Amino acid sequence: MNILELLTLMFTDYTLRTVALGSAVLGIVSGTLSTFAVLRKQSLLGDAMSHAALPGIVIAFLITGLKTPLVLMVGAMIAGWLGALLVINVTAHTRIKQDAALGMVLAVFFGFGMMLLSWLQHQNIASQAGLDKFLFGRAAALVTEDVLTMAGVGAVALICIGLFWKEFKLLSFDPEYAATLGFPVRKLDILLTTLIVIAVVVGLQAVGVVLMSAMIVAPGAAARQWTDRLGRMVLLSALFGATAGVGGAMISSLTENLPTGPMIVMLISGIVLISLLFAPNRGLVWTYFRQQRNSRRLRTAAVLETLYEMASHHGDPQRAHSLKSLRAAIAGRGVLYTLEQLAAQGLVRSDGDNWALTASGVEQAMQIVNAAPGHMQEALS
Amino acid sequence: MTQAGLEIQIVAAIVAAACALPGVFLVLRRMSLMSDAISHSILPGIVLGFFIAHETTHPLVIGFAALSGVAAVALTEAVFRTGLVKEDAAIGLIFPMLFSVGVILITKFARNVHIDVDTVLLGELAFAPLNRLNLLGIELPRGIWTMGLVLLINLVLIGLLYKELKLATFDPALAAALGFSPVMLHYGLMTMVSVTAVGAFDHVGSVLVVALMIAPPAAAYLLTDRLSRMLILSVGIGVISAISGYWVARIFDTNISGAMATMTGVVFLIVLLFAPERGLIAKARRRGEQRRRFAAEMLVVHLSVHEGTPAEATENTIEHLTGELNWQQAFAQMAIAEAKSAGLIEPSSGRLHLTQQGRQVASAAISR
Repeated sequence: MNILELLTLMFTDYTLRTVALGSAVLGIVSGTLSTFAVLRKQSLLGDAMSHAALPGIVIAFLITGLKTPLVLMVGAMIAGWLGALLVINVTAHTRIKQDAALGMVLAVFFGFGMMLLSWLQHQNIASQAGLDKFLFGRAAALVTEDVLTMAGVGAVALICIGLFWKEFKLLSFDPEYAATLGFPVRKLDILLTTLIVIAVVVGLQAVGVVLMSAMIVAPGAAARQWTDRLGRMVLLSALFGATAGVGGAMISSLTENLPTGPMIVMLISGIVLISLLFAPNRGLVWTYFRQQRNSRRLRTAAVLETLYEMASHHGDPQRAHSLKSLRAAIAGRGVLYTLEQLAAQGLVRSDGDNWALTASGVEQAMQIVNAAPGHMQEALS
Repeated sequence: MTQAGLEIQIVAAIVAAACALPGVFLVLRRMSLMSDAISHSILPGIVLGFFIAHETTHPLVIGFAALSGVAAVALTEAVFRTGLVKEDAAIGLIFPMLFSVGVILITKFARNVHIDVDTVLLGELAFAPLNRLNLLGIELPRGIWTMGLVLLINLVLIGLLYKELKLATFDPALAAALGFSPVMLHYGLMTMVSVTAVGAFDHVGSVLVVALMIAPPAAAYLLTDRLSRMLILSVGIGVISAISGYWVARIFDTNISGAMATMTGVVFLIVLLFAPERGLIAKARRRGEQRRRFAAEMLVVHLSVHEGTPAEATENTIEHLTGELNWQQAFAQMAIAEAKSAGLIEPSSGRLHLTQQGRQVASAAISR
């Protein structure tokens, strides 16, 4: 089916609509928090929290016997929070560094979760089937209740961001100043970390535990390339997240045997790649062309200036010099190339091996020399 | 215990030992999460190698996977070096992408074959005894041969490069100044991690590799200051976690590597609490001791300042401490008890008197 059919189906077909909405919610919430996580260098915290959520999900099911999304989300949140608490305390009270603490929480909690899951599966409790969809996500299995829960919890997180916007902005860019102004930095820190855990938890159903971390890093990293302003960054990040979410969910729903998580991650990684390459100003492609332009300008100026200075020594600014002597006087490569370019612009002329400034070339050269007087004369005298 | 059970435990122990060795350096160099990144990133390499070789333990698979891991490290650094993304974000971008590629490849093209999505995360140690290999006339589970070889390689490499690794880890500037190439050592270490992760992958999956590479060395870090001891302790702790994990899995009928990962955490917690000197309990006890000693000192100083003055009669009573000085009752009692047991004061008829030793301690404290 083509894109148009797909788009129409997205609105008309119940399942696809639900999937699209759920993924959009996931994308918006995780995208928003992703900006803050990336700015505060907490990218890998999302990874640890999402892996740590697994035992929480299983235990929530064990205790309540329910698989309603809210229950599982609460379980995931508690486990994620416990993990965050452990990381903070181990880092603060021992000489273990944060990376090791994160790695341990990640692997141990997740291993524990897998152990519980496998134990559960051996118990043959029929209702536990489907808990393993939290590993890689199955957006195709989303129902309205799931989406409503995700939207509700996500809305709480977004409202918090709105309420504390100024505080979080200050906290992300200049925490010391925030402290001197009297803001309760620790409490704000904990609040923001909690919101990140919430974002992780909201997305688990769609993206899964293993890959949720990408949704906490990639949208923010991509958005960062396009703007320096926090507000725009957050909006862009949410947009990217939603795009990747909806796109990935759509593609995986319509293909057989394709879990959602990996597809969403591939899409958001693609968005990051495009951002890294093509974002104006920071993008690598732009930087490359800008550098080329700059070095061309420098080379042109150097050649004109050198021709002028060397000719002026003989009293005639239009006196010709050989290519060899020019190459000796000008550092770097591409002298001949630049001369040919200048000739095409009518600023120099040549007779075989010797090159001289034209009248307009002299004008240009004088402008350059007067703009930055002194250095070439010193070098040549 | 059956022979199969014994063999599983041996494989588990070898895997733990092989992982602990490079893990020590990862933890010391603050690169623990590279183990997570690499163990996820080797997946596409494994799948590609599998497509070509049609079995998961072919050398081609190991080669491709190790390359995949090192490629992930190189990509991460490339992304970081553009200056557009910070280091932690760079790691968090590359390995989920590579892992997704692997998962997609598996689910689309290798669904019905040996590689399964759950296995990717957890491996299947229970099958270790079934996969046997006959070398030099001895038949053992393949796992013992492959991981044994990996363990041997790790031991040899660390043994040969011990001094260089030690210097580069603790004083990278000096190492660079002396001409050791930090880049080579870094990539060498990453390659070791990759190869170990690949070898272990089939048995224990990505997650346990991370647990085994980080938790035992972290625990060892709390127990010693010497690199050589840290290496030995890490291996020991890893082996203990592995074997206890096996028994936990046996008792509760659950996944072996999940149980092993859990046990690494449990063992770490035990060490965290009970380590001499750096353990939490030891620290709490030391803090308590310091607080008591300080309280006794304050008491003795207070007494000595007022000794021989007309106010001594009131200043030296127990009630005065809580009333005038505003000390909490419990604190005052503690100070008195501590000072008394240290022989610094003598209480008599509701008043406190300094001993000679008490006076010495007081004047030392005042002059400090």
